[in-house]
Amino acid sequence: MALSREQLAQRVAQELKDGYYVNLGIGIPTLVANYVPKGMSVMLQSENGLLGMGEFPTEENLDPDLINAGKQTVTAVDGASFFSSAESFAMIRGGHVDLTVLGAFEVDVNGSIASWMIPGKLIKGMGGAMDLVAGADNIIVTMMHADKKGNSKLLSDCELPLTGYGCIRRVLTDLAFIEIKEGAFHLLERAPGVTVEEIIAKTAGKLVVPEHVPEMCL
Amino acid sequence: MMGFNKLVNSYEEALDGLQDDMTIMVGGFGLCGIPEGLIAQMVEMKVKGLTAISNNAGVDDFGLGLLLKQKQISTMIASYVGENATFEQQMLSGELNVILTPQGTLAEKIRAGGAGIPAFFTATGYGTPVAEGKETREIDGRHYVLEPALKADFALIRAWKADTMGNLVFRKTAANFNPMIATAGKITVVEAEHIVEPGELDPDHIHTPGIYVDRLLQGTFEKRIEQRTIKATAE
Repeated sequence: MALSREQLAQRVAQELKDGYYVNLGIGIPTLVANYVPKGMSVMLQSENGLLGMGEFPTEENLDPDLINAGKQTVTAVDGASFFSSAESFAMIRGGHVDLTVLGAFEVDVNGSIASWMIPGKLIKGMGGAMDLVAGADNIIVTMMHADKKGNSKLLSDCELPLTGYGCIRRVLTDLAFIEIKEGAFHLLERAPGVTVEEIIAKTAGKLVVPEHVPEMCL
Repeated sequence: MMGFNKLVNSYEEALDGLQDDMTIMVGGFGLCGIPEGLIAQMVEMKVKGLTAISNNAGVDDFGLGLLLKQKQISTMIASYVGENATFEQQMLSGELNVILTPQGTLAEKIRAGGAGIPAFFTATGYGTPVAEGKETREIDGRHYVLEPALKADFALIRAWKADTMGNLVFRKTAANFNPMIATAGKITVVEAEHIVEPGELDPDHIHTPGIYVDRLLQGTFEKRIEQRTIKATAE
């Protein structure tokens, strides 16, 4: 079975380490916050100027001056800090964030990512995504392996306008966990019940498959 | 004597000198931390042909969306414009020139503008449409794009607390682009929630020193929430 949104978040959460500063993009990445292992401390960075993002507020402590990058009302945890957008992107661009998780429309074997624009269809802007992919060393992209018609989103060359060139090394799809290196996708894990054959069939870019591909533990 | 007293008495006075075809910068992230009254005053003034620099373009009926609706903006420089249908329609019809800029690059371009740095190199956007037509350079094996600084005729921001000398304190994530924008305007106008006397703000806690501020007035704010998200209460 392909992973659900929650399972994608669960698998990403296994990559968290105690003491990590983490930036979670909008959508599935946001759900990762729900699966931080017990006893582990991570601080969530929100690029609009908050380090130490907490859960959604109650009706009583709802504050219009306290939002996340998705413009949702949130809270701040003990030990949080607020700062300007320039400071926020100094953290991001300067490589101070330990793990960045974001979504994508396409990735390719060179580690390039397209996530912000579909010409003629969707032009909303890149927000902070280009800075995040350029600044972070440790990035996990979460995405669907193929579209609804079965067309692969893991390509030899991204077809959509890029968000970043050659900057992605790890991709978690609903079917597989994949590393990008040496101009190819390398299959690390497959989703429970998903066959290697299905992953091969739905990967357009060069895919390296080791003899044994372990099933993901969730 | 006026001395360092930056207080003005009205929105008319606050935006005196703002004319058609000028460049404005407006603080805020989404609808959080925007100078609501100054935007309303621009709608009132009917200034047009504006180049507006702001992270977002508001929503259809609030924030900079109000200026878009009246077709007062001809060029918009922003990082994300997803919540505004008017915007999208004007962009697709070609009425509105849009320069989409990565958020961190936008923040730094404004910071650089205010700090006297004409341009800077950043890895952000290298190999993407953002880098098209721009100078690039390889430094220590990495590729960078040269991004010019941004300045404005009028910088319009919101602060939480200000003293009459223009020293400013921002609140929570309402700070966002406001501190940089404060530095990058020929004329910087602050709409504050609270105004106090000099000496009442702890100098250790001032985010923006008064040297950047030209005009200051007390605002009242609706503080509209874009995405009202509430924790599910425990059963």
